[in-house]
Amino acid sequence: MGMSNTVQQLSVFLENREGRLEEVLEVLARNDVNIVALSLADTSDYGMLRMIVSDPHKGRAALKEDGITAMLTDVVALRVPHATGSLSKAMHQIVEGEVNIEYMYAFANGSDAAAVLKSDDPARVIDILKGSGFDVYTADEAYRANQ
Amino acid sequence: MARVTLENWKERIRDPKIECMSRDEMRALQSERLVKQVKNVYDNVAFYRNKMDAMGIEPGDIKGIEDINKLPFTTKEDLRENYPFGLLAVPQEKIARVQGTSGTTGKLTLASYTQKDVDVWGECVARGLTMAGLTSADRIHVCYGYGLFTGGMGLDLGARALGAMAIPMSAGNTKRQLMCMEDFGATAFACTPSYALYLAEAANEAGIVDRLQLKAGINGAEPWTEEMRLKIEELLNVNCFDIYGLCEITGPGVALECIHHKGLHVYEDYFYPEVLNPADQSACADGETGELVFTTLAKEGMPLLRYRTKDLTSIDHSPCECGRTLPRIQKFKGRTDDMKVIRGVNVFPTQVETALLSMGGGVAPHYMMIVDRENNLDVLTVMVEVDEKYFSDEIRKLDELKNRVAAVLKQALGVSVRVKLVEPKTIQRSEGKAKRVIDNRGL
Repeated sequence: MGMSNTVQQLSVFLENREGRLEEVLEVLARNDVNIVALSLADTSDYGMLRMIVSDPHKGRAALKEDGITAMLTDVVALRVPHATGSLSKAMHQIVEGEVNIEYMYAFANGSDAAAVLKSDDPARVIDILKGSGFDVYTADEAYRANQ
Repeated sequence: MARVTLENWKERIRDPKIECMSRDEMRALQSERLVKQVKNVYDNVAFYRNKMDAMGIEPGDIKGIEDINKLPFTTKEDLRENYPFGLLAVPQEKIARVQGTSGTTGKLTLASYTQKDVDVWGECVARGLTMAGLTSADRIHVCYGYGLFTGGMGLDLGARALGAMAIPMSAGNTKRQLMCMEDFGATAFACTPSYALYLAEAANEAGIVDRLQLKAGINGAEPWTEEMRLKIEELLNVNCFDIYGLCEITGPGVALECIHHKGLHVYEDYFYPEVLNPADQSACADGETGELVFTTLAKEGMPLLRYRTKDLTSIDHSPCECGRTLPRIQKFKGRTDDMKVIRGVNVFPTQVETALLSMGGGVAPHYMMIVDRENNLDVLTVMVEVDEKYFSDEIRKLDELKNRVAAVLKQALGVSVRVKLVEPKTIQRSEGKAKRVIDNRGL
């Protein structure tokens, strides 16, 4: 990890069945894995829980131990100042760079906020953002946001 | 020890006199046994005497095996109505054991055996184990259930007749199964194909496949496909052989596959097979699919005439490359009662399995079919497990996979299917017979 700018997101496939989300959260809590941010996408058949957590590897191992399918996905956490239009500017740069964004969610972190971006080429997104004056969270910063 | 290729296979035949007998000699043997058996049931089983009297047939009308179509049928309902001991042809004190069906489709069906019936059963299984390349030196891990269900006992009797070592594990507790398999150096294992696949996956996950000494799997009691056999063989580095049987006739060991995998050889010196058109019960020609019907030619305890198995297959009487002349029944397309009619189309669970395996990845061959009726229309939902390797956190990619599965299933079944993706390893793996279909239509 160290100074890595790619953040590892913990993604969990959730079948539509009673208590499944609670089970996942309980496993993470029991293993002392803190959830920094989450987004829950739902379809008619299943849900996809995407999380930034304090220790993604530990989180994944704990879930696997409990028979829950989880995977790690590389994402980029863009630092967005609390100012109108800052996300719009960043997105403009990404569009110009012709990178496709699959999905996005955000979390606040004290004086600024993070937009978590999933693209097919995270390294390129980091290049584009840094090259146009934006900042991204290091993995460690993201895992410890708001602590 | 490992899987053997066809070129390197050394065929062993336990009873060449019977197993390689000419068709004429076999028909003579069957005729002699049938004539005797018909007289026996007429004299000793009121059920058959009444049936034959009602049809105006006397034992003397049956002169040979060619007269078998004059005889009455026996159905599962007949067995239930005469439960538990109404069809015995010997006094009850001559019965050495009973076995029963799992009772998954209704009330228990009971079969009774004399000691000779038990010996014949073991002999037939031993012929099959020999066909699978096993000898008295082998160690056979039996994870079929022991109890009323014939699976465990049948394989055990076979191992005993062969002189091999039986490891009577019974079903359940996969970790312990694998531990014993490794520690005792099992060279063969016997269980249902769905459990075999589960064991194979678990052995791979635990990384112990290389430490196992397995060379053969004896897997039957539920319909499975060639694709599934190849998958288990690859995962465990073994040769797998289909075994067929039913407790009414004897249990596992009625028919088994040889290394050529071109059907299951029927031990027709004891169990005479007919394949009949389900519509009018006329005889099917070789190669035509129909209902499998058995007559137990030498059974003492509970002999059955023309027992309707409800299993659908076809038969081939041509000699096999393995050297046997015993006819071969094809792998089952399903049972007449497993078949679902969905919007007028006949659908068998095995078709779903074949289609999923043909995709070459993405989904696991574990599935559950659910049939519902919505607004007077049949709706088939197939729950499929996503393969862990293909897992994605992107809904778009999962949807693509789902659409691909739906297209493959529609192509294979001829009806449109709702596909529901579920997490890896969440569809129940059965340790007995896998339940693949839930029909909510209440037909």
